[in-house]
Amino acid sequence: MSKLSTLLGGLLIGFSAVAAANPALEVLKPYRGKPVYVDFWASWCVPCAQSFPWLNDMRSRYGDDIQFVGVNVDEHRRDADRFLKRHPAQFDLLFDPAGAMATHFALEGMPSAVILDANGQVLWQHSGFRAAETPNYEQAIQEAIRP
Amino acid sequence: MIKRLSLTLALALIASACAPVQPWQRGTLARPDMQLVTDPAQAAFEDHTYFSKEASSGGRGFGGGGCGCN
Repeated sequence: MSKLSTLLGGLLIGFSAVAAANPALEVLKPYRGKPVYVDFWASWCVPCAQSFPWLNDMRSRYGDDIQFVGVNVDEHRRDADRFLKRHPAQFDLLFDPAGAMATHFALEGMPSAVILDANGQVLWQHSGFRAAETPNYEQAIQEAIRP
Repeated sequence: MIKRLSLTLALALIASACAPVQPWQRGTLARPDMQLVTDPAQAAFEDHTYFSKEASSGGRGFGGGGCGCN
């Protein structure tokens, strides 16, 4: 029995090591300490282009209290670069061509947004972008930065 | 035995052709080489020829055709 529990304990340690080494979490580690608004976007996604001016506006208004990170999921970097020339981003950008982060957060559509608290825990997750619903998105940001 | 093996092989081949497309991978489906019709003008000419020869149209992904009533 003790051997079995030792074996199970070893397996659990192994699993937690794998979870800690998850690249999706690793790339977001530098953003710990403050809430993060993570926006997943792609060059072929029209609502993503519509969301960029709003994201830039949100960053200029709430950037001191919450960090904004755009995660591109295009397979080819040149597609993302072409998009960024037309729709400049005033926030940090990460590139996830293999979809590791997108898989981790089990996105249901594009664009998708995730708000993480200062410890990296998911506070809010949303799929899609509609101009009429931006007050709701803004409210989620305000709730994330509320002390 | 051979029948069972053939059935298993066939099922394995069919299953291997199924791959769920994740939301962030849909850009791949929009690529020109993934379209059913790669040349719309050529397809329109072919449809016109088909309609003239066969007195029917449609069945190629556009609405309204196939009934032979137009």
